[in-house]
Amino acid sequence: MSADLLSVSGLTKRFSRGGKAFAALDGVDFAIAPGETLALVGPSGSGKSTVARCILRLVEPDAGAIRFEGQDLLALSGAALRSMRARLQMVFQDPLAAFNPRATVARLINDPLRIHGLVPRAERPAAIAGLLERVGLSPDLATRHVHEISGGQRQRVAIARAIATKPRLIVLDEAVSALDVSVRAGVLRLLKALQDEDGLAYLFITHDLGVVRAVADRVAVMDAGRIVEQGEPAQIIGAPTSATAKALVSAAPRLLGGETKQTRE
Amino acid sequence: MSRLFLRSPEAVAGTIILALLVAMALAAPWLFPRDPLAIVGPAMLPPFQDWTLPLGTDRLGRDVLSGLFHGARTSLAVGLAAAATSIIVGVLVGTIAGFAGGWVDEVLMRITDAFQTVPGFLLALAFVSVAGPSLGVVVVAIALGAWTQPARITRAEVLSIRERDYVAGARVIGMHPAEIAFREVLPNALPPVLALSSVIVAAAVLTEAALSFLGLGDPNRVTWGGMIAEGRAVLRSAPFLSIVPGIALVLTVLGVYLLGEGAVEASAVKRGNA
Repeated sequence: MSADLLSVSGLTKRFSRGGKAFAALDGVDFAIAPGETLALVGPSGSGKSTVARCILRLVEPDAGAIRFEGQDLLALSGAALRSMRARLQMVFQDPLAAFNPRATVARLINDPLRIHGLVPRAERPAAIAGLLERVGLSPDLATRHVHEISGGQRQRVAIARAIATKPRLIVLDEAVSALDVSVRAGVLRLLKALQDEDGLAYLFITHDLGVVRAVADRVAVMDAGRIVEQGEPAQIIGAPTSATAKALVSAAPRLLGGETKQTRE
Repeated sequence: MSRLFLRSPEAVAGTIILALLVAMALAAPWLFPRDPLAIVGPAMLPPFQDWTLPLGTDRLGRDVLSGLFHGARTSLAVGLAAAATSIIVGVLVGTIAGFAGGWVDEVLMRITDAFQTVPGFLLALAFVSVAGPSLGVVVVAIALGAWTQPARITRAEVLSIRERDYVAGARVIGMHPAEIAFREVLPNALPPVLALSSVIVAAAVLTEAALSFLGLGDPNRVTWGGMIAEGRAVLRSAPFLSIVPGIALVLTVLGVYLLGEGAVEASAVKRGNA
């Protein structure tokens, strides 16, 4: 198991809703190898996003262990946690909500470079331009505000911000769900290219089996806070065994066949 | 924004009134280089009698117009300084309380409660009586009672902003919590506080006048409140001595309110269009 980049075991998180406790996560186990893409699929409310937020330490789990690069992630705090964050990044579903509404593109990409002291101040404008070009954007966008660029451009800026610190794992929480089909295909190609160049690993959270087939090396199916099935994409899509996977697959032909525009979750 | 701003008649009226006041305050030492507390003519000269003293003189023969100009300086300076102090303190306290949460929030909010239970004017009165009247003390005294409202508003705003994705995003890239609080959260929590700022400035101007009226203003400066108090003794024989600075005070507060209203309206229209 020590070869795993990320391993999650027994992850449990309870929330109380209206005085009643309910388990968002109920003993989740999975692992991601370096350079691998694991797709985490499941219906709404199955706990996918809670997994992402636990791994990023945005939500504290009640029980379980998360190891990243062999380190106990949950034991880190303060400066040690902040410096680890350089190697573990996240892209959110809605880039407009995930960016400070006052920020410019340059400032958003500058922040991680500045915080982790990766690039001297004088060289940062060039580094920002370089990152923008890597994600297929014009460096001229740097001076724009986030509300002045399109949704697809915003998500590319989010990816540029995430790769700025040269992470080893990026958690993508429904990162392409809000994009329309042609833009989505472009962003998926970009993610694939970045993975090939840098050996990035992805935890790809989605409910779209079309995306799974396009990018995933392995799939984990979640339902009601548990992982109910894991395996190769072809196997899960071709011969699902769990009821949740069967339901997802039976709903999928419409999506897989015609590449129709998908509604947001 | 500025075009929208100037389209509202309130904003235009407020801007004109305040621009006149600021011009008065700035021109005072140049138009009336003499000490406004100096005796320049016969006592209780009614207005429009002597063209060198257009608004007449007070009980001691001091120039009312000169006092009005120099008083504008004090009123505006104290009003703006007190409002700025209370907004800065309030926003800082509110941001720290809302962002830190837990016992820090509890402690800061109980302190805010404690200040809010005492009437602001009483607090100012007590503080000036103890510390002695000077311009700085008056500013602090007014701010003492006025910072709680911005603190509460900021805290409420911060509580909602800290749950947004962009705050999570800032944590994900490893930003220090203090930087998240003051650079990501605070600027986005400001608009409702700034909308309140005109009310705070107006209240500060009135509090300063009230303190001066009670003789707790800086004795070395002319203030409108002090002029009204001076005139009170001869209210029946020379009512203009109280009425003239009173009108100036009313116009100042009105101007600040109108400007604030216009700014809020313009920003609401802008948000509606966006």
